[in-house]
Amino acid sequence: MTFALEAAVAGRGFDVALRLGPTETVAVMGPNGAGKSTLLSVIAGLLKPDTGRAELNGRTLFELSAGRGTWTPPHHRGTALLAQEPLLFPHLSALENVAFGPRSAGVSRKQAKAEALHWLAEVEALDLQARRPAELSGGQAQRVAVARALAADPGLLLLDEPMAALDIHSAPLLRRLLKRVLAGRQAIIITHDALDALMLADRVVILENGGISEEGPTREVLQRPRSPFAAGLAGLNLLAGTLAGDGIRTAEGWTVAGLLEDGYADDRRPEGRGGNGYPAAPEGERAAVAVFPPSAVSVFLDDAHGSPRNSFEVAISDLEPHGDFIRVRAGSLAADITPAASADLGLIPGLQVHFVVKATSVAVYSA
Amino acid sequence: MPVSAAAGSERHNVSHAYRGVPRWTYVVAVLAATVVILPLFAMVARVNWANFLPLVTSESAVSALGLSLRTSAVSTILCIVLGVPLALVLARGRFRLQGLLRALVLLPLVLPPVVGGIALLYTFGRQGLLGRTLEVLGLQIAFSTTAVVLAQTFVALPFLVVSLEGALRTGGERYEAVAATLGASPGRVFRSVTLPLVLPGLASGAVLSFARSLGEFGATLTFAGSLQGVTRTLPLEIYLQRETDPEAAVALSLVLVAVAVAVVALAYRRPAGAGMAFWKQRTTPAAAADRDVL
Repeated sequence: MTFALEAAVAGRGFDVALRLGPTETVAVMGPNGAGKSTLLSVIAGLLKPDTGRAELNGRTLFELSAGRGTWTPPHHRGTALLAQEPLLFPHLSALENVAFGPRSAGVSRKQAKAEALHWLAEVEALDLQARRPAELSGGQAQRVAVARALAADPGLLLLDEPMAALDIHSAPLLRRLLKRVLAGRQAIIITHDALDALMLADRVVILENGGISEEGPTREVLQRPRSPFAAGLAGLNLLAGTLAGDGIRTAEGWTVAGLLEDGYADDRRPEGRGGNGYPAAPEGERAAVAVFPPSAVSVFLDDAHGSPRNSFEVAISDLEPHGDFIRVRAGSLAADITPAASADLGLIPGLQVHFVVKATSVAVYSA
Repeated sequence: MPVSAAAGSERHNVSHAYRGVPRWTYVVAVLAATVVILPLFAMVARVNWANFLPLVTSESAVSALGLSLRTSAVSTILCIVLGVPLALVLARGRFRLQGLLRALVLLPLVLPPVVGGIALLYTFGRQGLLGRTLEVLGLQIAFSTTAVVLAQTFVALPFLVVSLEGALRTGGERYEAVAATLGASPGRVFRSVTLPLVLPGLASGAVLSFARSLGEFGATLTFAGSLQGVTRTLPLEIYLQRETDPEAAVALSLVLVAVAVAVVALAYRRPAGAGMAFWKQRTTPAAAADRDVL
């Protein structure tokens, strides 16, 4: 009872290998255009990859090598797709929409209705059964769409940013609902929200430039990010480079001192790729990252500080409110300082400043 | 100035919204409308109302009208049966020479009907491409009621295909993909998702095809001739009567105008091809009130 996939789409620079345990939910995250939707389309059978193979619960979804192969059409795959928009069939009532999957599977009208009612109750939408999709709010429609996907009894549920089109009141309700119904199921959920990954997924996969740059248990990835994208999700600064003493040396020539973490040797990064599409580190050098929170960064106008501190000369690119603080952005780095300090220093975009962070606040581990 | 009123007013309505229409276009628009409407008025003015009923219920008139309605109904059904798969293939399929096929299929839209009639004659006529084979089988199509139906289908099919293909292109592909991932076979997707979604487009396409069939003249006369009760449809009857009994021609024309008005009203009650919008419009006030409550 597992899912395994290897697929490549040359035209889109897409090359991904992914496995799921029997009851595992995986969150797929990554920047726009990284190939997240391509991944779901390939699994659902809506897009044919050039090469690769996929298997779901012992059945082959596709096996394609040069020139020949097998291809299971979408309706025989058992991979129900829940998209950003509910896409309820506009000419059918909520009940008929949910009964669509069972009816397609050849279940009798009566039995399909019973199953539809069960799943509508499961998503707390029983009172909406007679409504047309045009008579439902966005949140209501998405709940009915969840029921419709589940009623099709999918071996693998595919969710493509199911919360993205909902307003801030409807999203938490649907998130709670998904947490309940995804328990004990195989599912892949595409999301932009670290909260979705934490709440709904056992594991997170970071997809960048058509490949997996990082994967691991959700909490671990957010606590110890190894890619700039994951660091951004976790709200952390990340500098990548090679190991040098108790710190790293970056490509820009910065030396970052920090605390070398235990378990340095463990390596989550998938084999055969230089993470994030960066070239692999040269022989004899070990790729490593230095990670520190924006709150640990102080901002100074000049460079006059003691040795246990790291100081980076940067140009301010943006200033933005961030809770009770001002977030000072300089390229990929960020510092959180008080509004008073910001006013004191007279910070404006374009100003050259020094970002200073104590070595004891910097975690260094292998990339 | 309407513009400043709209800008200054808090509760400006749609009629106050800015619209960039140059004044001279109104003048030309009135002229254009006159070109279409004035001849109709002129014709209606010539109707002999005292004799109207006897004129339109004469034996030849009733026979022609009956034949027109029957053949148009059959050709509309033929258009639906043949046109729906054709439109689907043109809108959804991916194959070589697709663009060429579309162009050829739509040709009758711009072709003079008499040319179509000649083409049909050299296909199904006694000396035609298929005519000889058909004659061996004991079937003679040219100058029969079947020929009338064929001529009408030839000229009306593009109307249905264009209308339906437009409806198919305005969306629905994503619904079809979702239906497939829910386990629906392509046949079931077509029956229970695609067809219902394009039903408004199909309906207006069918109505337009019917109207085109009803008005068909050139191809019918060339390919089917003008035999009373067999191939003489209402347009042919009107043309014939014009020479002998102009009053009857005018009265029968009015009947066709009435049918045309009814058809236009049916087809354009809502914009053709707006299938998705049609379904979305079906909102009750209760639902609108509930909208913000999850």
